[in-house]
Amino acid sequence: MDPLSAFFLGVLDGLTEGLLFALVAIGFTLSYGILRIVNLTHGEFYMIGAVMTWVLYEAAKNPLYSLIIAPLFSAFLAVIIERTVLSRIKYAPEPTIIATAGLLYIIQQSTLMVIGPYSRSVPPPLSTVISTPWFGYSSYKIAVALASIMIAATLWIFLKRTNLGLRMRCVQQDAELAKNFGINVRKIYSLGFGLSAALAAAAGVLIVPIRQAHYLMGFDALLMSLLAVTIGGMGSLRGTFLASVMIGLFGGIVAVFTSPTTSRILSIMLVVVVVIFKPHGILECVKK
Amino acid sequence: MGTIGAFIFGGAAGYLAGNMRPISETQKVGEKSPIKIGFQVHRTGIGADYGYWYERTAKAAVSLINERGGIDGRPVQLIIEDDGTDPQRGGQVVQKLATEHNVDFIIGALFSNVVLASGPVAGELKKPYFAVSEGTHVPLGMLNRWCFQPGITDVPGQISAVSKWIFENLGRRLAIIYPDYAFGYDHRDWLSKAAEKEEAVIVEKIPIPPAETSFTKYFSKIPQNVDVIYHVMVGPSILTFMRELGEYLGSRRPELFGFIDSLEGIPLSSPGLEYLEGTYFWEGFPRYLEGYDTPYNRYYRERVGVNEEGAAVEDPKKVSTFSHMFSTWETLFVIKEAVEQSGYQRPTLEDYKLFIATLEGMEWFNEGINHPQGSKRFDGKTHQAFGQQFISMVKNSRLVTIHRTRIEDSYYENENDYTKMSL
Repeated sequence: MDPLSAFFLGVLDGLTEGLLFALVAIGFTLSYGILRIVNLTHGEFYMIGAVMTWVLYEAAKNPLYSLIIAPLFSAFLAVIIERTVLSRIKYAPEPTIIATAGLLYIIQQSTLMVIGPYSRSVPPPLSTVISTPWFGYSSYKIAVALASIMIAATLWIFLKRTNLGLRMRCVQQDAELAKNFGINVRKIYSLGFGLSAALAAAAGVLIVPIRQAHYLMGFDALLMSLLAVTIGGMGSLRGTFLASVMIGLFGGIVAVFTSPTTSRILSIMLVVVVVIFKPHGILECVKK
Repeated sequence: MGTIGAFIFGGAAGYLAGNMRPISETQKVGEKSPIKIGFQVHRTGIGADYGYWYERTAKAAVSLINERGGIDGRPVQLIIEDDGTDPQRGGQVVQKLATEHNVDFIIGALFSNVVLASGPVAGELKKPYFAVSEGTHVPLGMLNRWCFQPGITDVPGQISAVSKWIFENLGRRLAIIYPDYAFGYDHRDWLSKAAEKEEAVIVEKIPIPPAETSFTKYFSKIPQNVDVIYHVMVGPSILTFMRELGEYLGSRRPELFGFIDSLEGIPLSSPGLEYLEGTYFWEGFPRYLEGYDTPYNRYYRERVGVNEEGAAVEDPKKVSTFSHMFSTWETLFVIKEAVEQSGYQRPTLEDYKLFIATLEGMEWFNEGINHPQGSKRFDGKTHQAFGQQFISMVKNSRLVTIHRTRIEDSYYENENDYTKMSL
């Protein structure tokens, strides 16, 4: 493959990858922003979205139902977790990490027991392959990237333009002050955590026609989210979204010219550099 | 308790224990104490789909053995432990099976990295360990005299059997895509050796980590001018791998020859696999019954609960790992044959010496209910078995066997000799 077409493939693949994981990552950063917790269960909500898509497809032969049902189910599960576990340990950082790590395994192993170790897939709603003179690319992947932008934009409008969004942002900035202004912080915590899980599940629903639903798939999503929020800034939606796209693009381009393993190593090194020079994320100066 | 008291108590206890022992042994013999076989299985982790079928096959074999009077008249008890498809846990599982459960034999793992970590522990604990992998660690002498692989042909054997067919029928310029760990390196190295002999060229070698989830970026390394893409992939994302390969290649694909590992456990009717029509696969034991329709194969399928399409009888969507899982069945019967011929009784060094010497002296495992995949020649020096291999073509979303290799096609030069090692 000549360098120009390799570059084109790297950009295309990296961009779609980055945009898709941006959905998972902004969910992760949302729960950090509002509840101030590092939620290691986050990748499992993504897995639940994917697995439910397969289950619902098997039952109803229509993957579109799951775009509504799976995020709602994940949100419901998240609210239960938030009420029964996280609120009881008062969102303290260390216990939360341990509790969410435990929940990660509980959700993962329960899924293994229910659906088994198989990788499950559903047919993509768009099966056209876009052919270039050098390579073919799935049209559904591009549709997923566009859907990801739309969902992120809707979230942005919700947070900026609605009353509930405003209350969420208040709690994000100062929970104590928000409480004094009569905002039901408890409710916002539940809603924020539920919304964060719903975003991860939505990404899971979108991805299952191109990847496979498998009980271990949450790890990768969690790792990508951690990388993105570290570069983008914990709690910064804009920064996280931008960082996800950057990591995707960087990874894609480096991968086609060197090797995907080198690209992964370099991505992690990039995170280390950001942590050293911009410990609060790449948009730190913009915030100031 | 004073010294005298301790003496009296200790003496009484010792007397009782001394008198109890023969009674309990008599009882055991009367009940025919079981032969305990430890089974280190990938119940979780990236090999879990294989693990499920390996466990199902092993249980079916044990139930058949017990129905037919057990091993040497003793019932077989299978003790199963999950290794998480993880090398470190693999070693711990061998330790646990040997010391806590005090099993007689251990049937080991499929994933070669787990085998590589488990074999040395088995050697240290002096417990016969039977790999059901295809890796080269057993035959090439990387492990020890306590490790065997009598149930399945290893990768060099498989490649020796099919590579000539690939070069002669599909082309001599190849790109190889393989998993980036021990098992993949076996494919890379042995295909390269075979290519050198047959004047073929491996133009590009593309390793992919087995836990990878996205593959298109790797395919940009496939050169335009190859005749054949040789692919072998493992891990939970193999369907994505196969689909993305199809999307990437579009209509300009070269010939494709894959090891069925790239598609093991996956229905051929899965969306996105239509492009595989007319491509070729190695199979260890054909997924569809018609690929090797023998009464033994039919009986084996019935006992394990696999239909004629290679899927679970209770759910046709659950496709089995048919090309590999027979290894657990056949290994259990090898243990039975070797125990009965050697007169092995209990896990002592003397009995193990008898058992190992008998097994090393065996040369043929004949096709039958015990060996449904076909007869195998066993090499006592390398502890490795060799059997026939199958080449299948995808036609109408089914695998149709078009070529069956002879057992001797799998032979390759190997200087290793475990019999020189002391026990």
